[in-house]
Amino acid sequence: MIDYAYAFAFSCFAAALLMNLWKILMAHEITDRILALDTMFINAIAMVVLFGVLLGSEIFFEAALIMAMLGFISTVAYARFLLRGNIIE
Amino acid sequence: MIIDILIAGFVAVGGLFGFVGSFGLLKLNDPMSRMHAPTKATTLGVGGVLIGSMLHAWAYEGHISAHELLITLFLLVTAPVTANFLAKVFINQQTKPDDLPGPSACSLWATHDKPEHHRTSEQPTDT
Repeated sequence: MIDYAYAFAFSCFAAALLMNLWKILMAHEITDRILALDTMFINAIAMVVLFGVLLGSEIFFEAALIMAMLGFISTVAYARFLLRGNIIE
Repeated sequence: MIIDILIAGFVAVGGLFGFVGSFGLLKLNDPMSRMHAPTKATTLGVGGVLIGSMLHAWAYEGHISAHELLITLFLLVTAPVTANFLAKVFINQQTKPDDLPGPSACSLWATHDKPEHHRTSEQPTDT
């Protein structure tokens, strides 16, 4: 039964990543693209954690932590660049 | 057996919330309401997956791992900051200079400027 749950979660996050990619390609405004990129980072974190649980490995948690930090910093950098014109003043 | 049902439930609910968050990003028609769907639902989705992962490590490998709590804490702290920045960018991009209110007529206290005060443009009497 737990294998079905993992397969369901994997397919849900895969569909979510595809929808985010579609939103990045087809959005009209720049804020939608940034928001879709941030959501893509979060969904990728969930997929990496699920992959680590499925393989029984501890290494993937560090990868997920680094991806969480990189996603936050890149989103803030994009927003900062659009707001102020540069990132570090 | 009970722990299997719990892990499967948390993981399935997490996947469902991740799907719903991205679907809301695609389907909602107002940019400010599009902000709402991913920042709330995917945090809950990742939270469900991470709770399932913690239960899995506790039940099958016999130790409590704190990495998942770290990731959950980091995501819960940074999601409102990201949403706030994106809302500021949206307001900055969408607001025209004509929509902004003019400068205050009262030169002493800018925060005391009410609309009727702004219309009559009377000076403060206590100076």
